[in-house]
This record gives sequence, C-alpha cells and structure tokens, in this order.
Amino acid sequence: MAEIKNYTMNFGPQHPSAHGVLRLVLELDGEVIERADPHIGLLHRGTEKLAEHKTYLQSLPYMDRLDYVSMMCNEHAYVMAIEKLLALEVPMRAQYIRVMFDEITRVMNHLLWLGAHALDIGAMTVFLYAFREREDLMDVYEAVSGARLHAAYYRPGGVYRDLPDSMPLYQASKIHNAKAIKKMNENREGSLLDFMEDFTNRFPICVDEYETLLTDNRIWKQRTVGIGVVTPERALALGFSGPMLRGSGIAWDLRKKQPYEVYNRIDFDIPVGVEGDCYDRYLVRVEEMRQSNRIIKQCISWLRQNPGPVIVNNFKVAPPKRESMKQNMEELIHHFKLFTEGMHIPSGEAYAAVEHPKGEFGIYIISDGANKPYRLKIRAPGFAHIAALDEMARGHMIADVVAIIGTQDIVFGEVDR
Amino acid sequence: MAANLTLLTTNLTTIFASQIVSLENVLGELTLVVRDIDLLEVLARLRDDPDLRFEQLIDLCGVDYCTYGGEICEGGAYLKSDIASDAYPSRFAVVYHLLSLTHNIRLRVRVFAEDDDLPVLSSVVSIWPCANWYEREAFDLYGIVFTDHPDLRRLLTDYGFVGNPFRKDFPLSGHVEMRYDPEQQRVIYQPVSIEPRELVPRIIREEHYGGLK
Repeated sequence: MAEIKNYTMNFGPQHPSAHGVLRLVLELDGEVIERADPHIGLLHRGTEKLAEHKTYLQSLPYMDRLDYVSMMCNEHAYVMAIEKLLALEVPMRAQYIRVMFDEITRVMNHLLWLGAHALDIGAMTVFLYAFREREDLMDVYEAVSGARLHAAYYRPGGVYRDLPDSMPLYQASKIHNAKAIKKMNENREGSLLDFMEDFTNRFPICVDEYETLLTDNRIWKQRTVGIGVVTPERALALGFSGPMLRGSGIAWDLRKKQPYEVYNRIDFDIPVGVEGDCYDRYLVRVEEMRQSNRIIKQCISWLRQNPGPVIVNNFKVAPPKRESMKQNMEELIHHFKLFTEGMHIPSGEAYAAVEHPKGEFGIYIISDGANKPYRLKIRAPGFAHIAALDEMARGHMIADVVAIIGTQDIVFGEVDR
Repeated sequence: MAANLTLLTTNLTTIFASQIVSLENVLGELTLVVRDIDLLEVLARLRDDPDLRFEQLIDLCGVDYCTYGGEICEGGAYLKSDIASDAYPSRFAVVYHLLSLTHNIRLRVRVFAEDDDLPVLSSVVSIWPCANWYEREAFDLYGIVFTDHPDLRRLLTDYGFVGNPFRKDFPLSGHVEMRYDPEQQRVIYQPVSIEPRELVPRIIREEHYGGLK
C-alpha cells in the first residue's frame, strides 16, 4: 500500500467562496479535514481605534462598513448604545421606521446569503433570482438615504429624515423604450410606502420560487443535510447567536426575548431548526425572510396612519431644521457646535445589542464624558461563528468547508472590523 | 427586567459575598468587578450556579484605562508623560459580557490586570470555548497575556506586526508604512511619513453642559 501522509493546504485569501478575504490553512488527511485554522484580519481597518479619534456622529458611517450587507442593522446597535447613555426617548415614528428598515436589511442580507451560498454549492439560478429582489430593496435604501449600500440613515435620537413621498423613476434609454419604461415604473408612481407595500405583496411568491429551486432539490440536500452539525449545547458554548443558534433548535431571538424599539407591538414568529445542520439553517433563514415580510407589512400600515417627528427635538443631539438655522442665531450656534465639536455623552458605559441578520450584534461604549468614545467595542456575530469553523469542519471534506462557510454567513467587514 | 436585575443583585451578593469588589446597577446594566485571583472561580460559578446560569460569553474585550478622563492628545497618540489618569486602579482591564438564556439577563464582569507593564490574566477558554478568539484578539490589540490559553497567537494584525495597536500610547497612524520599492523589486516597510494631526480635539465639558442630562 502506498504511503499516505497528511498535507497542509492553503484556502484563500482570494478564493471566491471564502466570502471575502479569509485565509484558511487546512490540514488534510486525503480529502478529509483534520484541522482548519482560519487566518483573519486581512480586512482589519481598526474601526474601534478610529472611533476613539472621531466624534460620535463621524463614526456612524463607519458602522455601515462593518457588515456591508446589512448596513442599517449595524447603525442601529450603534445609535441604540448612544441613546442608552443619553437616556433619549426616540419618537414612535422613528422607531417604526427603524424596525421596517431593519427588516428590509434582514431580507437584503438573507437574499445575498442565499444567492451566494447556493452559488458556492453549485446552484447558479438562485443568485440571479435573489438579486432581482435585492435590487428593489436597494432602491428603497437609495430613495430614503441617497445611497444604495452605505446608508448612514439612522441618527442618535431617530433617523435622518422622514420617508420620501416619491420613488425615483426609470428614464427612457437606448435599451428601454418609453413603453417598457412605463411598465417598469408602474409600482414606482406612488410613495416609498406604496412601493414597499407592492414589494411585500410580491415577495412571498419570490420566496416560493427560491424554495422550488432548492428545498427539495436533491443536489442541494446532498450538499447541506448532515453537514456542519452543531448540537444546542455546543452552539451555546461556542457563542453562537441568530440563525446559527436557532438552527440548532434554541428559540432565542432578541427581538422577542429582549425587545427593543417596537418589536413588542409586532406580531411575528421565530423559526427554529431541529438537526443543527446546514440544511436546517437554510430553512430557518428562508422562513425568517417570510417573517420579515410580515413585519414590514405591519410597519407600513402603522406608518401610513401615524405621521409625526422622526428625530428628537434636542439640539444637543440632533441638528435644528435647516430653515430655522438660517433665521435664528441660537439654532445656528447649535448647528455649528453639533457638527464641529460634536455631542457630549455623559461618562459611563453601555452595551446595546440588536438581532442582526447574522446574530447578536452589539456595541459596547465606554464614555468618559468627552465628544468621542473612550472605547468602542463591536461585538460581531460572525466573529464567534468563524472561530467555530475548525470544530464544524473537522472530519468533513474540502467541499463541505465551502458549505460551512456559506452557512455561517460570514462577512469579513464585521469579523475583522 | 428591572425586577430581574434586583434579584440578580441579591443572588450575586449572597453567592460571592467577599469576592465582589463592586457591583453597580447603572442604566439598567449590572457591572460586577472582581479581583483577578478570583476570576476563574467566579466565572465558573456564574455559568454553573442554577440561580445564575450565564451559559453564553457574548463578548470579551480589553480596555486600556490609562488616559481615562484626560484631554491631551497629539496626533492621535497619547504622549507617555500624559499618562496620568488615576480614575482606575490599573491600566488594563478585561470586560466580559455574559448572557443567561435561562433567566434572560445580562451581566458585565470587569477584572483589572494588576501589573501595568505585563498584564496577565487567567484564560477562560475552559469555561466558555468561544473565549479562545476573543482572548487572542485582546492579546493582539492590548498585549494582555492569558495564562493557560491553548493557542495564544496574534489574530487581527499583520504577520510580523510589532506593538499593540489599541493601546492608548500607540499612534493612530501606526509606526510603519508599506510601499513597493522598485529598486529592490519588493514590498518594504519604512517609518510612517504621515504628519500627526487631529481634526476635532477631544474635549470634556463640565457636567450638565448646555442643559444636557
């Protein structure tokens, strides 16, 4: 018999299914993984250190760039931590807007995850389908904040502005004639809420389409069932959260258990897995999209009926209206001070966590009373998940590592910070 | 939640009694400070005691308290001579954020490392396996050494990186920059050419400044 020896293989850092810049050092016995050693930090930008040298408002856009597929949820944890320290009461309408955009973000995140995960394991079509819907949600992001990805829309004390009354329309071009444009613009004639309502009506059918492609797909099942099994006890010990924890059968969701904003007024269910394998986590996330759709619907109907302010009326935290700023000395000074010196946060420490699409995303701020945080710590869910890659991948084949990275929903922006 | 916190406070005081350095309830969050010699015992008890049951270590992070409450800062780096803050007993601390799913409650545990020059603490990997990478991160960024850690290597910084970047005396721009040298035909490191600058000065106003709570 030929002599077989273990060998070490490098996976990444430029591998398409490494979801960014992950370098994996795999110790292999044939094609079976004996040990996986993830080398992270290739995208380390020192966000936490940078934040110590920036005012609270200046750091906000950095939060978008942590997990760059679920931007607004990152901002949410950050503004919640500041609001906790300042003991701010956020207007009801802003809370509903935040909840709606958190769920839009969750759907966006899961769509990207679903497309990329399926693409990694060999199903091309889902990616195209998922991005078709994701595009609509990006348009909503753009309509509300001006940016498709890095929105910087949440502010301490509320959101930057109220929902717009109109959606941007497609213009006629070489590719699309006037008739085609009219059809494309059909659901964009009304306000943002009208567009979102139309989306929520369409979306469940789209999810059915993804499920038709995957749920009973023989190849999909062969690649995911029984792969990367995590028992509930290990999931807790390894610090899992979000769908990774729920996939293992633990019904834990911060939106239900420690409700923030208006989640306690909203009706939705938490899907839970049974086996704790990649397939169950897939089912959990798909169901989460349907639940998010339900939440968005409820937010839309509330937001239609209840106009009101979307940011606190406290000039130490939120800027005054542009009009009054130009007419009033007092407001002008407030505006100037807020954007030069920044807001001061009373000394103390606070930890605020949100149910991010990937798990529990927390921001821990230590303030010494200055206009900049003394220490800002970002608790990224992906960090704990990728740390468990070694344990999840042991005994599996190389191809399964790709499935496991996919199921963990890793984004290096948040892992490396 | 508030009732839970009161109950937890009572439980903690009865269970740990003399091991507690301080126990504060601020902004609805409970912070427990313990000595480093009691650390492992207290944390293991926090996980296993049926009244506490903190099954999950949510977060572990290092903190450098050396300039706490100070304003002076040049180019993003705090000068050595300005390290004068005595707001806290030691320079380095590690903060553990714990979560109990059974009781649906959170707890923050802070422990100071006694030696400022070589901060050493016990590793909690044996209690919560997920502490592994968090401790590697704290070791990398703050130079806090965790004894009995199975694999204490750098995590986030570059291979061959020198220094602990999140310490307050480490400049924001770092010490070295990297560029391609056409003569040697390879990437080389050289001292940074960035001038230290500060766009917004760090200011601490008096309490209730401008009528803020």
